[in-house]
Amino acid sequence: MPVKALLIAVLMALGTLTQAQGFAGLGTDADGFATPQRGTDLQFPRDHGPHPDFRIEWWYLTATLTGEDGVDYGIQWTLFRSALAPTEAEGWQSPQVWMGHAGLTTPTQHYFAERLARGGIGQAGVTAHPFDAWIDDWQMAGDDLSDLRLVARGDVFSYDLRMQADGALIRHGDNGYSVKSEAGQASYYYSQPAYQIDGVLHLPDGPVRVTGDGWLDREWSSQPLAEDQTGWDWFSLSFDDGERLMGFILRGAQGDFTSGTWIAADGTATALPHGAFQADPLGTTEVAGRQVPTRWRVYVPERGLDAQVMALNPNSWMGTAFAYWEGPVSVTGSHTGRGYLEMTGY
Amino acid sequence: MTRMALLAFWSHWRRHPVQFFTLIAGLALATALWSAVQAINAEARASYAQAAVQLGVDGTEILTALDGPIAVSQYVALRRAGWQVSPVLDGTLRREGQSFRVLGVDLLSSADLPAFAAPEAAQNFQAADVLTPPGRLFASPETAASLAHLPDLPPIIETANVPPDVVLTDIGIAEQLLNRSGQIDRLRVMPVQSAGIPPLADIAPNLRRSTQTSGETDRLTDSFHLNLTAFGLLAFAVGLFIVHGTVGLSFEQRRAMFRTLRALGLPLRRLTVLAVAELMIFAVIAGLLGLAAGYTIAGALLPDVSTTLRGLYGVPAANTLHLRPEWVASGLGMAILGTGLASVQALWRLWRMPLLAAPGLQSWAAGARRTNRIMAVIGIALFLAGVVAMVLFDGLVAGFALLAGMMLGAALILAPILSLILRLGARTANGPISEWIWADLRAQLPGVSLALMALLLALAANIGVGTMVSSFRLTFTGWLDQRLASELYVTARDDAQGAAIEDWLTPQVDAVLPIRSFEFSHAGTPLFVYGIRDHATYRDNWPLLAYTPDVWDMVASGTGVLINEQLARRSQIWPGDTLTISPKWSLPVAGVYSDYGNPTGQAIVSLDALLSHARDVPNRRFGIRVAPDRVRALSQELQTRFDLPSTALINQAGLKARSMEVFDKTFVVTGALNLLTLGVAGFAILTSLLTLWSLRLPQLAPVWALGMTRSQLARLEVVRSLALAALTALIALPLGLGLAWVLLAVINVEAFGWRLPMYLFPLDWLRLFLLALLAAGLAAVIPARRLYRLPPSDLLKVFADAR
Repeated sequence: MPVKALLIAVLMALGTLTQAQGFAGLGTDADGFATPQRGTDLQFPRDHGPHPDFRIEWWYLTATLTGEDGVDYGIQWTLFRSALAPTEAEGWQSPQVWMGHAGLTTPTQHYFAERLARGGIGQAGVTAHPFDAWIDDWQMAGDDLSDLRLVARGDVFSYDLRMQADGALIRHGDNGYSVKSEAGQASYYYSQPAYQIDGVLHLPDGPVRVTGDGWLDREWSSQPLAEDQTGWDWFSLSFDDGERLMGFILRGAQGDFTSGTWIAADGTATALPHGAFQADPLGTTEVAGRQVPTRWRVYVPERGLDAQVMALNPNSWMGTAFAYWEGPVSVTGSHTGRGYLEMTGY
Repeated sequence: MTRMALLAFWSHWRRHPVQFFTLIAGLALATALWSAVQAINAEARASYAQAAVQLGVDGTEILTALDGPIAVSQYVALRRAGWQVSPVLDGTLRREGQSFRVLGVDLLSSADLPAFAAPEAAQNFQAADVLTPPGRLFASPETAASLAHLPDLPPIIETANVPPDVVLTDIGIAEQLLNRSGQIDRLRVMPVQSAGIPPLADIAPNLRRSTQTSGETDRLTDSFHLNLTAFGLLAFAVGLFIVHGTVGLSFEQRRAMFRTLRALGLPLRRLTVLAVAELMIFAVIAGLLGLAAGYTIAGALLPDVSTTLRGLYGVPAANTLHLRPEWVASGLGMAILGTGLASVQALWRLWRMPLLAAPGLQSWAAGARRTNRIMAVIGIALFLAGVVAMVLFDGLVAGFALLAGMMLGAALILAPILSLILRLGARTANGPISEWIWADLRAQLPGVSLALMALLLALAANIGVGTMVSSFRLTFTGWLDQRLASELYVTARDDAQGAAIEDWLTPQVDAVLPIRSFEFSHAGTPLFVYGIRDHATYRDNWPLLAYTPDVWDMVASGTGVLINEQLARRSQIWPGDTLTISPKWSLPVAGVYSDYGNPTGQAIVSLDALLSHARDVPNRRFGIRVAPDRVRALSQELQTRFDLPSTALINQAGLKARSMEVFDKTFVVTGALNLLTLGVAGFAILTSLLTLWSLRLPQLAPVWALGMTRSQLARLEVVRSLALAALTALIALPLGLGLAWVLLAVINVEAFGWRLPMYLFPLDWLRLFLLALLAAGLAAVIPARRLYRLPPSDLLKVFADAR
């Protein structure tokens, strides 16, 4: 389906984007899109809002939750923006396209929903202050980023959660400039990894009151992947001792590229250079007709981390137009805790 | 024994090849007309169904606003409340004399449409190209070809997944093509909705939820197909008269053989089974032949039907015929069922036939009087039922009920009426011969009454439909004369050129009348509002059906609006009422004008009024008033001076000719079916007379023995047939005129939205009358010739066999 092709094209940023590399120094690529520049100072709350001159952008929230019934749950709420041209316009003439994904994972079930919307008409969008990110009736909104209400709805599930941050924003990479390949592809990337969450999940069996931890990722770019890169494995882990880890592997034909950020219990972030974060698949599960690694060994030797990461529900497949695996995980080994795993390109 | 019986059965047909041919031909004819109509209907319906799927309207619920287009903000409000809806902008794009239906959809929420979702679609286009200027147009190869030469259009992607004459595109592109920024005509409600979304009434109380299949077009096309089906049934019924006659004859002639077979020991049950089997084999053979013929007829008529459907109703219809199981089954089924129906009487007689007793002399008159009375009562009841249906119920179905009641009732009353006339006629008889002739006519009546009914129906249908079409044509011609008052029509390439042409023309012609329109929406359907400059051309010529005294002053001052008849009848607004053109613009209706051949609503206001309520109204078309002898020179000068294509200039005569051509094409199908039905009826008379022939010998022999010559008898045979046909034709006349009235005043109003005056065409009646006489005469000539050449010994044999 071409709509899917569109999404894949913008999300995976194939072909033409990498050819545009030579223009990176000028700040725009061949199609006129802005490219991330090292040394740019992120400004808040301004940068919570959209950057229409960049090709792609997302507001990505994942949360590991526990119900009053003692059962573990996970939810995902994502708003993607992709620009067909580096401009904004009123009405249907806007070249901005928005996509929402919502997931709800239980140990035995995985629900998901998808929304698509045109920019320019108000069906979807983000405002920085007061913060409001929405698509259709899905919403993440509050006075500012530290106190938000999160709502999404599919045809058989919905959730309504309150999120309060108790820590500072984390800038990944070089003060928010996150390199994605050895050739130099990069994005702007920051996170709020420390939300306290409570609220209600509406499942087909009825409502469940839940509490837990949330992690918001903000990223925008015009060229996040190199030509040979086929997908990624991305981890966000919160350990019981208060430390946190963000790490990803970009799988490429000419070798994998890894990166990450170690977040101390006091909120101090340290970028992990290429190779410092490593993860190896330990076991796969057949999901949607493909072999997807749902058990991993994750290690950061310089931080003494050597742990096993296991999917809460190995079937956490997001069968959306652009399909991928996304679900809550548990951590055992040198560290214990919970987190989220996203895997694309399988 | 069975083998012997089969041989005996077969020998009959070998000795009577004409009868065999008649039986097969009659049945095949009936099946052919029926299945042709069914094939056309099936094809057209398949086209609609396919188009409905392709346009995402197959049973999909839609939301429409009662008061004009839906605002984008309202769409967003619905989406933000959780409603999964998808916007559609539906308009007409007119370029260089051609018009296309443009359907603008939001690509992202319409990914389910076949044009976007089909497996091959992925290779055809990139979504980003569709969403960003200049965008892409999706059209069928046929439509793409006619779009190809038009300037300033986005690139076209050919796809079989868009119906003909429709252009599918993104709503962002469509709103600019149609000049309707920020408007939505309807919202498609997606089949899967989230649980717990708020009710529609809370978010959008002004929107009405409906299923699209119950739309206006469906009702219109349904009436068209009902029309065709009625015609098909009529033809089939007429064909059945033939079969009935032939089967009756073959059984009658084989009475002796059947009796012999029974006497030889063939059980009655087996005899009956054999007879039924024989009939069924004939039915299948004739059915297959009929299907083949029907397929050919349908193939020949389909292009004209498509033209009608596209032209009158604006619905997509295919030009090519497919073999569809539904009409093959319906054709064969009707052939078998029809044969059964037509043979019931013959089989019943066979079953009841006394084994040994010789048949008594058939007295045709016996019981006829009682039958006549029953038929008359039923016929009158049917007639009344039709009238009652018309009085009690409104609409198309009631109209057809009235038609059916009239036709069937009249057919049933025919024999009693004829019998009554003959009885009255008999009183004028003086002398034995004339008395015998009258009595014989009456005696013969039950035998030919079925054939006469067929003739009556065919003639009445011919008169009725012919009167309707001719009245329509006359009205249409007069209307064209009024409507196309300007001598020359010119279309500029763009607004700037339009202004230049107007400036250049103004000093040298009597008047330049701009033809400018803007598409609004009224009750969910498009409403084209034309702005005119006040001019005598309109005041003198415009065909008004109803108006207020100061109609043109009201229009000129911008305080009144003219609407077309379709809109007036559909929305029930007439002079004195108010038309809401847009939420901010309502005007009292000053007049209603006739507007034939146009499926959509139309209104006329003053140009100033239109321009103050609509932005960017194109200014490209003009009517030019100029002395007729200057038209040729002027159009040549216009063409060279402004470098216009020859299609941009149309003179009045050319436009009229083209309109009449479209009109005539529309009724080709009706005309063809009409003629075929009449042919079948003539054939029915022939078969019934042939059937009667062998039965009549015992009746004629005594008259011959009393001294009348064979040539006298033969002449009388022809005269008798002519007399019966003439009487039937006379009765068919009022019936046909009644039919025409129902078609013009009831069916047309319901089906097309306009009422037509009825004109009478006595010359056509005379032609039909002569045609009926010719058919009856020809049909009588064959048996009369036989009688004339009959050896006297055969007539004598009648007495030799006498018991």
